[in-house]
Amino acid sequence: MSSTPVPPSSPSAAHGEGQHANHNLTGFIIFLCSESVIFLAFFSGYAILRLAALDWLPAGVDGLEWRMPLINTVVLVSSSFTMVLAEHFKGKGKIWLFRGFWLLTMAMGAYFLYGQAVEWSGLTFGFTSGTFGGTFYLLTGFHGLHVLTGILLMGLMLAKSFVPGNYDGGEQGVIATSLFWHFVDVIWIILFVLLYVWRA
Amino acid sequence: MTSTALSPEPPASWRRYFGFSTDAKVIGIQYIVVAFFFFLVGGLLAMIMRGELITPEADLVDRTVYNGLYTMHGTIMLFLFIFPVLNGLNNLLIPTMIGAPDMAFPRLNTAAFWLVPVFGILLIASFFLPSGPATSGWWSYPPVSLQNPLGHLINGEFLWVLAVALSGVSSIMGAVNFVTTILRMRAPGMGLFRMPVFCWTALAAQTLQLIGLPALTGGAVMLLLDLSVGTSFYRPEGGGDPVLYQHFFWFYSHPAVYVIILPVFGIFSELFPVYSRKPLFGYVYVCLASFIIVGLGLIVWVHHMFPSGVTQWMRNLFMVTTMLIAVPTGVKVFAWLGTLWGGKIRLTTPMLFCLGGLFNFVFAGITGIMLATVPIDIHVSNTYFVVGHFHYVIYGAAVMGVFAAIYHWFPKFTGRMPYEGLGKLHCLLTFVGANLSFLPMHPMGLMGMPRRVSSYDPEFAFWNVLASLGGFLLGVSIIPFLLNMISSWARGPKAPHNPWNAIGLEWLLPSPPAEDNFGEHVPTVISRPYGYGTGEPLVEHQADIERALTLQEAIR
Repeated sequence: MSSTPVPPSSPSAAHGEGQHANHNLTGFIIFLCSESVIFLAFFSGYAILRLAALDWLPAGVDGLEWRMPLINTVVLVSSSFTMVLAEHFKGKGKIWLFRGFWLLTMAMGAYFLYGQAVEWSGLTFGFTSGTFGGTFYLLTGFHGLHVLTGILLMGLMLAKSFVPGNYDGGEQGVIATSLFWHFVDVIWIILFVLLYVWRA
Repeated sequence: MTSTALSPEPPASWRRYFGFSTDAKVIGIQYIVVAFFFFLVGGLLAMIMRGELITPEADLVDRTVYNGLYTMHGTIMLFLFIFPVLNGLNNLLIPTMIGAPDMAFPRLNTAAFWLVPVFGILLIASFFLPSGPATSGWWSYPPVSLQNPLGHLINGEFLWVLAVALSGVSSIMGAVNFVTTILRMRAPGMGLFRMPVFCWTALAAQTLQLIGLPALTGGAVMLLLDLSVGTSFYRPEGGGDPVLYQHFFWFYSHPAVYVIILPVFGIFSELFPVYSRKPLFGYVYVCLASFIIVGLGLIVWVHHMFPSGVTQWMRNLFMVTTMLIAVPTGVKVFAWLGTLWGGKIRLTTPMLFCLGGLFNFVFAGITGIMLATVPIDIHVSNTYFVVGHFHYVIYGAAVMGVFAAIYHWFPKFTGRMPYEGLGKLHCLLTFVGANLSFLPMHPMGLMGMPRRVSSYDPEFAFWNVLASLGGFLLGVSIIPFLLNMISSWARGPKAPHNPWNAIGLEWLLPSPPAEDNFGEHVPTVISRPYGYGTGEPLVEHQADIERALTLQEAIR
């Protein structure tokens, strides 16, 4: 997806390659809109199954513990703010502050994944424990994959910030990663409400 | 890219069609050729089925084999023929029609294309599994699709879900590319309301792909987990709901028929003005109607589920929304009739295909309204009436439109003229074959013959014999097409840049166009498309561009 840098003197920059980075961002936003539908499908599937269920919780399960996921939620939501700060410093040209806050965002994402893993390992039900277990692991697992992807994308952007002159022409990768991260964040908030806040 | 931009000569080597090319025009032809390979495979399965149904007894193939035949026929024709062939046309036409050098993301385009043979081979490979291919129909409803009697992890259904998921990935990659290209790479002066209708319909269809496909993919992931991991999303014994799958499936697969038919509407809208020498009647309304179809198309899916135990208010609601679709569609049909009215009609092969396709489409639209009516639908659900309606839409209208497009734009992208005689023979055989095969399915269905059976009551034999003869005629009809394509590409007469006297950016390019189309000399669009009979030029310096092209052809 990375565009080949074109020397400004090249005549083709006028209409072709020069706008290419812009196309990347447009394409990425279109992709994100499409990606949100798959979450919408999972959310509505969860809601339909839950509303129709006679016994939602499998035998021996009292419900989900919500304290640890709440801490996780706070960490993930704050990581969106640290990311905005990082972008702010990048806009001011303070590249080291950008890297610092960017790395902090990555660490918060990683902590979220760690918290998720701890929660999973303490659960008494599995993927095949009825629709309750199935939807829980499907939703959190699919969201977790997106968090992992976001962290990897951030790592890539961090590495690219050390390439001299990489951010001179454009910064589409950073904007795209940040959009993706906010998207993952919003999805988590909906997911948290559906899984943990919604009581029968 | 820069080296070829300087030379006006089109690239000549045929080898580039056999490798990983990033040129949209090469990828377009690759898509179309691969799609027609799978068309022959899917068609062969249909021939075996019609051979089986020519007698009431199940005598030609085993019943389990028959289940595999119709499942694979439907899956191959939709995911490996019609979507790839339309993506091929999108690749050829979108960049040339809007004056872009290539797609927005050429490498993504290559990857999207090469996924097609990959999932095609995966799907075909399921014929060679000990448990055989998937046998639960192209919609793969649970609980039938969740049965795995041999208990193998890799079974026909598993490969089916995998292939459909990969097809979804490929289509999403394509859709992101087409939408970005249309939105951001149009020629100077080409506002949205100066864009050819084919691009409007492609934009509408790809928007539907972006909204609908993720739902099917999500549903398919859950089906795969139920099948292979043992979750119970769709298993009632674990609290799941098989009807939930139907919602996911039809939320995409009903709009999928608009993904198929919208570009064909675009083809009709492009071709009728050319061959009746009149501007498209109601251009703006035809463009907007595409997006009204998108909006309504997303809220009609439950009409496939009237007998699936949905509540009465849902049945009523979705009956009304489905019937409303007839309004924007009717706008288009009347726009085409208004274009033809009083025009100077030329009955070339592409025009004949368009007229035949329009005739079949109107018929399919009428049976569609019948099917949307809840009482009729419940009566004819799961009978041949549905099969007949669907094949009128897909073969009668969409495939005929695709053939029209191929004959119309063949000279542009190959540089050779197709033979008219063979083309007209192809058109006649297709039109007669389609009507002879699919019309008898309607009385058959009204009499109550269920679909997906290999043996039936002898009272249905007469209509089945007719349908089988029509089916075999369709099988024969493909022979003049293939002969025409191969021989005219190899040694047909050289095509001028604008053999049909058509108006459009693609006709201001040499045939075949250079690798980067207009390169750096993209003309500025100064008027609406389809200015037939008005004498208004489409672009600045149009006369100079045409003179240069004619000169170039004279010295060639």
